[in-house]
Amino acid sequence: MANKQISQMGLPKSIANVFAARNVFTAKALSLMELRVQNEHLAGHLPTHMKGLDEALCGGIPFGVLTELVGPAGIGKTQFCLKLSLLASLPANYGGLDGHVIYIDVESKFSSRRLIEIGVKSFPEIFHRKEMAQEMAGRIHVLRPASLSEFTESLQQIKVSLLQNQVKLLVIDSMAALVTGEFEHGAPRQKTLGWHVSFIKSLAEFSRIPVVVTNQVRSQSRDETCHYFFQVQSWNETIEDRTRHDSHLVAALGINWAHAVTIRLVLEAKSGQRFIKVAKSPIAPPLAFPFNITSSGILLLSDDGIELTGPDINTIHCQGHNDIINFGGESLQ
Amino acid sequence: MEVGRLPISASQRSKLIAAGYTTLSSFSSLSPSHLARDLKISDNEAAEIMRVASHSHRLDGSAGGCGTVNGAQTAWDMLHEEEMFPRITTSCEDLDNILGGGINCKEVTEIGGVPGIGKTQLGIQLAINVQIPVDYGGLGGKAIYIDTEGSFMVERALQIAEACIEDMSECGGLLRKDSQACQLKMHPNNILENIFYFRVCSYTEQIALINYLDKFISEHKDVKIVIVDSVTFHFRQDFDDMALRTRLLSGMALKLMKLAKDFSLAVVLLNQVTTKYIDGSFQLTLALGDSWSHSCTNRVILYWNGNERYAYIDKSPSLRSASAPYSVTSKGIRNSASNCKRIKMM
Repeated sequence: MANKQISQMGLPKSIANVFAARNVFTAKALSLMELRVQNEHLAGHLPTHMKGLDEALCGGIPFGVLTELVGPAGIGKTQFCLKLSLLASLPANYGGLDGHVIYIDVESKFSSRRLIEIGVKSFPEIFHRKEMAQEMAGRIHVLRPASLSEFTESLQQIKVSLLQNQVKLLVIDSMAALVTGEFEHGAPRQKTLGWHVSFIKSLAEFSRIPVVVTNQVRSQSRDETCHYFFQVQSWNETIEDRTRHDSHLVAALGINWAHAVTIRLVLEAKSGQRFIKVAKSPIAPPLAFPFNITSSGILLLSDDGIELTGPDINTIHCQGHNDIINFGGESLQ
Repeated sequence: MEVGRLPISASQRSKLIAAGYTTLSSFSSLSPSHLARDLKISDNEAAEIMRVASHSHRLDGSAGGCGTVNGAQTAWDMLHEEEMFPRITTSCEDLDNILGGGINCKEVTEIGGVPGIGKTQLGIQLAINVQIPVDYGGLGGKAIYIDTEGSFMVERALQIAEACIEDMSECGGLLRKDSQACQLKMHPNNILENIFYFRVCSYTEQIALINYLDKFISEHKDVKIVIVDSVTFHFRQDFDDMALRTRLLSGMALKLMKLAKDFSLAVVLLNQVTTKYIDGSFQLTLALGDSWSHSCTNRVILYWNGNERYAYIDKSPSLRSASAPYSVTSKGIRNSASNCKRIKMM
């Protein structure tokens, strides 16, 4: 593929050969446009069937890059992943990718029963026929690595099946659980995480498939600041920050990981309502959509997102979350 | 000594400048056949130009003063040169003001910030703004975009290109009464065509590409900006030997500076952030370490201030420390919409 692009550039032979030998991928942005947006299936995006989110993301979860889902426990990350796996396995005329899905389930959260329930409720015409349901469910391959080294091995195998062009979506649920258990916080963990990030990103790009990774949250410790040396913080501010820190959640895996993902979707609960926010994206504005979890997956309550300004888009709230679990019982606050 | 002062014909002078030779020293060490090839003139003509050049050089006693060191340029010549190249606008007036007009050619500018602050957006905006035609105050050049993270989205570049063309047509309509004369023939596809996109997947590829950029640019002399997004990514992932990393990075920085100087283009490097333990607390700082922070000519840090995005000039030989607000809109980087727009001098 590198050779094809280089020849289109009209470079002199000597340079073209050098680039081809080094496997440097080069193209003019216009030919990228033609290759990807105009010729790829569904213009290079996997629609999530949530209208507001799809519009914001210009079609859906993009191919070839890492999309991260981060949020507190029980907010709906695995539900989102289940819905996406289903959508990727559907045939093209239903808006799917008509392909196989590899679901890496680290915390044993994958529920095939729930998957079929979502399928039956969202696409009754397909799923009522037993053979179709079997075929769709048969396209989702669930891996349960018990340790990071097993995961690394399976990644190599995944690369092979990607080359055979059958797999159309890779879901890793969750990345944080894989890495956190193994190492002490610090240099060895960063290095291993770094290697995995590079590998998964190159897998995604090389095979042009969407890769969805879930991440956990942790509370922000008092030592952490998010200021540069030239930003003067007044004394009042520091006191205020300290009280906020106790209930302040941040995404796990560190700032290096935050840089590496291309799209970050934050799921949070604020005043008893769940929101899905587009926190980091090269093309979408910072929008928040309220949602609920229903029997057919995730349902957006409004397709016009609320635009959030400022760094608030990145904060993760967990307020009123218990109310949701109490099935609308008396509010405790 | 500048080409502008040589007693040669106007067409020869314009050919010299178009090929990138702005001073005597830039071509005085070449062979006449090399110059002839570059300018597409006969060998005799090239030899004639060089003879005239060395003659004027000898005559011009004041410039020859201190036994001219071969290859050196006087500060006066440099000042005139700087004025020949307009700066690349960022489309945000406040930001342009603190940058002294925009991103400067012949310099390496490093721009860093937290994830989601708009580094890639700024990179794409610059790749498009460098193409603004000379009539509209731009450079009319092409761009090289080196993507190490995969964050370049063609759809977004198209959006920004369309908005840029819209702005230019509005501007053209206001300035000139005769709309026929300034028919803006630019189409967003033309803009995309002028962005050379490279995707590198490891640090070795990155270094190899930067080593070969000078050959590439000598074939495409109208490239006026090289953007690397981001220069950090591959160097943060799994480097065992930190000393090796520092060596590689400084080698790369030197090559980029040479590229900027030799071809009179702007080099923009986008960097990530990391936390550092200074004075008893953790602070945010740009990645790649202390030795790297010396490598760039200018350093701009993008950060959140309350609910707004700000840019801060951290290091520059000619600009003073200041911060200015900007915003990222569907049209690209624009002025911030807040009421109290103030440039804060530090």
